[in-house]
Amino acid sequence: MSFYRAHVLVCKGTGCKASGSFSVFEAFGEEIKRRGLEREVALVETGCHGMCEMGPVVVVYPEGSLYCRVAADDVPEIVEEHLYKGRLVQRLLYSTPDRDVKVPHYRDIPFYSKQHRIALRNCGYINPDKIEEYIARNGYEGFARALTSMKPEDVLSEVKTSGLRGRGGGGFPTGLKWEFCRKAAGDKKYIICNADEGDPGAFMDRSILEGDPHAVIEGMLLGAYAIGADEGYIYCRAEYPLAIRRLGVAMAQCEKYGLLGERIMDTDFSFTLHVKEGAGAFVCGEETALMASIEGERGMPRPRPPFPANKGLWGKPSNINNVETWANVPNIIRNGSEWFASIGTEKSKGTKVFALTGKVNNTGLVEVPMGTTIREIVFEMGGGILNDRKFKAVQIGGPSGGCLTEEHLDLPVDYESLTAAGAIMGSGGLVVMDEDTCMVDVAKFFLEFTQRESCGKCVPCREGTKQMLLILEKITSGKGRMEDLQILEELAIMVKEMSLCGLGQTAPNPVLTTLRYFRDEYEAHIRDRKCPARACSALMSYTIDIEKCKKCGLCAKNCPVKCISGDRNTPYVIDQEKCIKCGTCLEVCPFQAVSKE
Amino acid sequence: MKIKSLDDLRKIMESSDDLTAARSGSSTKVIIGMGTCGIAAGAREVMTTVLTELEKRGLKNVAVETTGCIGMCQKEPLLDIIRPGEPRITYGEVTPDDVVRIIGEHLVNGRVVEDKVVGQTD
Repeated sequence: MSFYRAHVLVCKGTGCKASGSFSVFEAFGEEIKRRGLEREVALVETGCHGMCEMGPVVVVYPEGSLYCRVAADDVPEIVEEHLYKGRLVQRLLYSTPDRDVKVPHYRDIPFYSKQHRIALRNCGYINPDKIEEYIARNGYEGFARALTSMKPEDVLSEVKTSGLRGRGGGGFPTGLKWEFCRKAAGDKKYIICNADEGDPGAFMDRSILEGDPHAVIEGMLLGAYAIGADEGYIYCRAEYPLAIRRLGVAMAQCEKYGLLGERIMDTDFSFTLHVKEGAGAFVCGEETALMASIEGERGMPRPRPPFPANKGLWGKPSNINNVETWANVPNIIRNGSEWFASIGTEKSKGTKVFALTGKVNNTGLVEVPMGTTIREIVFEMGGGILNDRKFKAVQIGGPSGGCLTEEHLDLPVDYESLTAAGAIMGSGGLVVMDEDTCMVDVAKFFLEFTQRESCGKCVPCREGTKQMLLILEKITSGKGRMEDLQILEELAIMVKEMSLCGLGQTAPNPVLTTLRYFRDEYEAHIRDRKCPARACSALMSYTIDIEKCKKCGLCAKNCPVKCISGDRNTPYVIDQEKCIKCGTCLEVCPFQAVSKE
Repeated sequence: MKIKSLDDLRKIMESSDDLTAARSGSSTKVIIGMGTCGIAAGAREVMTTVLTELEKRGLKNVAVETTGCIGMCQKEPLLDIIRPGEPRITYGEVTPDDVVRIIGEHLVNGRVVEDKVVGQTD
């Protein structure tokens, strides 16, 4: 193998792929060859770097320069200037949103410098299709050491003392969960990786599977060894074709090296792994529904107990953890539980990956130590609110989570603090909202999602969410009554307390938190028939200012429902009864005579 | 090949080391002036010799970087060596034969090749 002085890393994660990284990759291949640099410069494809907003992302080592939004046309310039002559291509470097400062080094960009990467350690750094690159980064070292010199009990106690808790939402201590399954009676045991990531806007699990599939496999190997399982499943939604393909490649490489299969490393430990593709129902992220789906049954939850640790997949003791949880495990075994426990807060150890989206400058994936404040995440790493608008709220934890306000900006993010504030850690969705977002509309959006995804097995969830949604639709269309708020709240509490599974138990959270922190907005919709954020179209009216109107007739000509009347002598007037509030008149008026309120 | 022990894994780790070594931000560096002046004076030959020499000696934790013109065009090709904790030494009018000497003497053994030095910065 020859020595490559420079490495060009092109992101081929789903985000960058969508913005054209494949043609960028090809262009690099051709240009490097044309310049005769193929023996000096290695071209590597990687998984997600996290800063999908800036994709396609290209990183050039040894300098560690990150180029943003690279197009195939930019490639000859990068090759000639950077790789050949050693001059950075300034115009493609990242610049901070507030001031126009170019940042030459990857690690100095605030989006990255504040991060602490454990689960995302290799994402965007290695080629996920090469097991050797994972091994070069100390991959499988923890597993090999555990298998040769640690007893299963030792592995279990390491995970237990590390304080690792489930990253999929619940936050249950991982070591304790493993212990339940280990102690359960039975010869045959299963372990499962929950990769049924369904929250709108969340993509951390997908990025880990695409960027570092071996970390998940190694985590599962360690889990299987500690628990005494010999078979495992990765339940991944079929909408993640790249993740499934890379898992397949990774598993084949493991088999070749003898890291999966019979008598691994000449010991008595054997482990086989399967990937099960799910059809993408949200409820299948619930553990009992997920296991039913693997068995070929309809994906519906069942009452617990019995818990999966005693009676899970095919009636055997089973342990199920989320992708991010599994990806943390190899790091704990390799670096020790003390190292892991030194990161984070008293009760929440380690880091958490958040999918930062919404009205924020830098959207993407960030991994931060537990206890980082929302302000740091949104304003330092996220680079503040888009277009300098005012911050209004963050929605944490997806459709099961809640909305937090400005007063929570300095809240250190951990399991307990979020639950106390009415939100949940969830899988880590973090949607930022500005002053133009209507909180009633947000609650309606998430409830529409959970209502549609409700499996229909239990009445509170099936009927309760439906009724709640009807009330919200009434309010946003200006037909709400004050007593509706009380009914809404009662229904929400009923659904939360009486639903069978996590989907229903958490579905009312967005409604409850917005009622708690933004009750005035609900009241404005009902009492004043106004949407303070001017987002609910039914509550707005368009009017023409007679003073400003020059009677040009453009509005009437463009109105799709012909509800504007007038001519050269009579002022133009909108018939409010017929108006569908499309906003066309406001857009076409050359004199700003149309106003919306 | 099946991995049968921790040693087997370590062997793969060592042989795969150079896959990611260039990304790890090594503090030992060889920097070659690749401005128009440098290229005209033969910096490409110097570069290829550096790479061949590093490979021959199996030196994996050395970053080879390029840089633009620093204004001393008459002394090109210029080549800098940075070893951790030592001053940065700039060599001028470097030929491929000099590269072999500089790498063997300075980069590996820490003895500066005095007759080719044109500058030193801390």
